Amino acid sequence: MAAPATSYASFRRSLIVTGDEVAHLVTLAFGATVVLITVLLVWNLWGASAASRSKFGIGFLWGTNWDPNANDFGALPFIYGTVMTSLMALVLSVPLGVGAAIFLAEMAPPGLSSACTFLVELLAAVPSVIYGMLAIFTVVPLMHDYVEPALKGAFGYLPQFQGPMLGVGYLTAAVVLAIMTFPYIIAISREALLEVPRDQREAALALGATRWETTFKVVVPYARLGILGSIFLGLARALGETMAITMVIGNDSIMHASWFAPGYTIAAVLANEFAEATGKLYTGALVELGLVLFLVTMVINALARLLVIATTRKGSAKAA
Amino acid sequence: MNRLTFRKIVNNVMLTATGLCTLLTVSILFLILGYLVYNGGKSLDWGFFTKLPLPPGEDGGGMANAIVGSAEMVALAALIGLPIGFMGGLYLAEFSGKFLGFAIRYTADLLNGVPSIVIGIFAWALIVVPMHGFSALAGAIALAIMLIPISMRTTEQFLSTVPNSLREGALALGAPKWKVLATVIVPAAMKGILTGMILGVARVAGETAPLLFTALNNQFWPRGLRQPAASLPVMIYTHAISPYDDWHRQAWAAGLVLLAMVLVTNIAARWILSRGISVQKG
Repeated sequence: MAAPATSYASFRRSLIVTGDEVAHLVTLAFGATVVLITVLLVWNLWGASAASRSKFGIGFLWGTNWDPNANDFGALPFIYGTVMTSLMALVLSVPLGVGAAIFLAEMAPPGLSSACTFLVELLAAVPSVIYGMLAIFTVVPLMHDYVEPALKGAFGYLPQFQGPMLGVGYLTAAVVLAIMTFPYIIAISREALLEVPRDQREAALALGATRWETTFKVVVPYARLGILGSIFLGLARALGETMAITMVIGNDSIMHASWFAPGYTIAAVLANEFAEATGKLYTGALVELGLVLFLVTMVINALARLLVIATTRKGSAKAA
Repeated sequence: MNRLTFRKIVNNVMLTATGLCTLLTVSILFLILGYLVYNGGKSLDWGFFTKLPLPPGEDGGGMANAIVGSAEMVALAALIGLPIGFMGGLYLAEFSGKFLGFAIRYTADLLNGVPSIVIGIFAWALIVVPMHGFSALAGAIALAIMLIPISMRTTEQFLSTVPNSLREGALALGAPKWKVLATVIVPAAMKGILTGMILGVARVAGETAPLLFTALNNQFWPRGLRQPAASLPVMIYTHAISPYDDWHRQAWAAGLVLLAMVLVTNIAARWILSRGISVQKG
């Protein structure tokens, strides 16, 4: 008796499209737009860079000459500038950012912690062009008048600290980037630290560890994947950061060993030259730079997200 | 005992150091605010909101066209991006299976992390090249592409905070799922979703890089979507890097207006959210 009923029901279901199925499919179509956009993006960049890819091949990546007049394009000065400024920025911002996250998650009273977190999140909302403008009028003169002469005096025997001090250049860009990556590192590291179960801390304290030893030897190692994820996210932000860097790096497509010298990043050369680029090869080379930047940030972001997902999974598994 | 003293000293030194890190990072916000308010306040006048920019060398003028252009492009971007993101968020929160849900969620996060200048190149290839010219439309599309993943994840987040008992109650009354969504779940989460979306719109309103070679810039009033249009962030950029003092003055004023808009939106949104959550808990 039951068999005909079920088969009739399933028969009916196969014929009539219910409202739920419609809703499911419609929302899925909208959800799939992000996948579509990402695929289109790669396809478009790949197509628009065809001229440059076929002329320079893979050697584009380590070509050192960038000369639009001679139609000769190499990406290395920009890759070098992008990687250099981002890594220098991380060297500055990781200790400060993780330190601040530790303070906010472990030491500060809850009221102070949430107030500071709120302010740090506001820092993340400040548009990058405003960081750039402030950097032009504050950081650049500061670097030129005080920081760079001091560094030259102390470490002048190293090639990184020689040459004319212009105020604009790799080091200034790195300082601005460091300021801009703080908020991401602080916010996500703090969340990772807050995920650490209470009993971990209590056990360490009960064994006689000081507050700092508990934090540094128990809590931070427990949250290390999340902290690493926050660093990767900060790195991806730094690599793709455009406006503030364009305004302070000095825009020079020749590579310099000195950190005081002006340089260029991928994002900055795109911002400066794309609108005025003429000819298939020139635009193609610029688009190819964009493609390189896209792929690098994509890989780093993918890793960072996986790390963050892994820590939250671990946290919830332990809690359950 | 000596060892213990040493450990206590290390403890205190390091705790103070982390406090100093926080102090340093938070004070940056106040430095930014203070310096911008000081310089911007000096430069802001009524003409800034009502006049067109003047050529370099002439004092005065304003950025009225950039304010209108920004508003136009951001509104169009919101009109395109928010509904798509909202519907996608509905899918992620209510319908998604394990694999597709993860794939879309992950792609949205990755798209969110794509440098905005790359989004600019994409919009350029998508709109500017086929239409043979820079246009406000291309700028708006670039901003809309940035808004889609943001609003999608926001919608999903707030839908997932709606308690399951609401869903179960409505389903137990015999309502189909789509009706439950439209009449119970979405209205319950609407306040959060809207606030999150406003935050997203505030974020893209400050974006410069995607507009540089899509909407370009314009010294005059915007004339339709097929023409290049000025925007406040691009104006700040061009004025700040110029060598003219009066242009710097204008850049400070524009920076103050933009930052005030972003910060007021953020503070208001967070205030609404914190109140909303406490009401739900009680």
